[in-house]
Amino acid sequence: MYSTTCLSSGSTEKEYDMSNHRVTNNIRTLRFHADEMTQQQLADKVGVTRQTIVAIEKGKYSPSLELAFKMSRVFETPLEEVFSFNDKPEKQTHSL
Amino acid sequence: MYYHEKKSILNILSTLIIYGIYYWFVFEKYGSEAMSPEEELQFWGKTLLLVIPIAIAGKIIIHIAFSVTHRIISKEKQPCFEDEREKLIMLKSTRNAFFVFGFGFLGALSAIALGWPLHVMFTWMICAGVMSDVFDNLSQLWFHRKGI
Repeated sequence: MYSTTCLSSGSTEKEYDMSNHRVTNNIRTLRFHADEMTQQQLADKVGVTRQTIVAIEKGKYSPSLELAFKMSRVFETPLEEVFSFNDKPEKQTHSL
Repeated sequence: MYYHEKKSILNILSTLIIYGIYYWFVFEKYGSEAMSPEEELQFWGKTLLLVIPIAIAGKIIIHIAFSVTHRIISKEKQPCFEDEREKLIMLKSTRNAFFVFGFGFLGALSAIALGWPLHVMFTWMICAGVMSDVFDNLSQLWFHRKGI
């Protein structure tokens, strides 16, 4: 119904369960592929603090649409490759 | 531990210390003087008005000292702006603080309604103020640690 495909190609995905839905992200891998971009560099590019990037990567914060789009522009990838959404949460928190 | 988490803990401690010391002196003075109802109202009015500049000055001094020592010890720059996550945390924490103060205020009104002495109502109000401040910072700490 509303599920999008999880990004599972050799990536470390962080996910969290909030209000019966689950958002996963692929930021750590995308940073690695972007010349090992640091969290601080990404934070500076999208205009947030490093702590916010850390929270997003750990799945402790769901960013606004604006911030999500900014991140996808930084990585020059579609939004779906940075974030994905599942309505059927699994117990597994890391998929490599 | 990040800067904001340390700041929340510092805020809780400074609130408890500043208000604790101030109200300790207030209640000592209150207990030592016999007052008419009009004088008592004036006393509590002065007490609540005076705590505002004292708390502000105390917190400013503590925060300056904290910023300087934190910079020297950790060499970590303190965030110079609030991003969307920080603003959301502040909003949710303020909401929680208002809930706590609201319950305290209801308690104070109930004390009047039940015909209890005036100092009970003001003590409720003071406790509600202190607890809401503590709860505000506890909420911030919680949201920073557990996520939002």
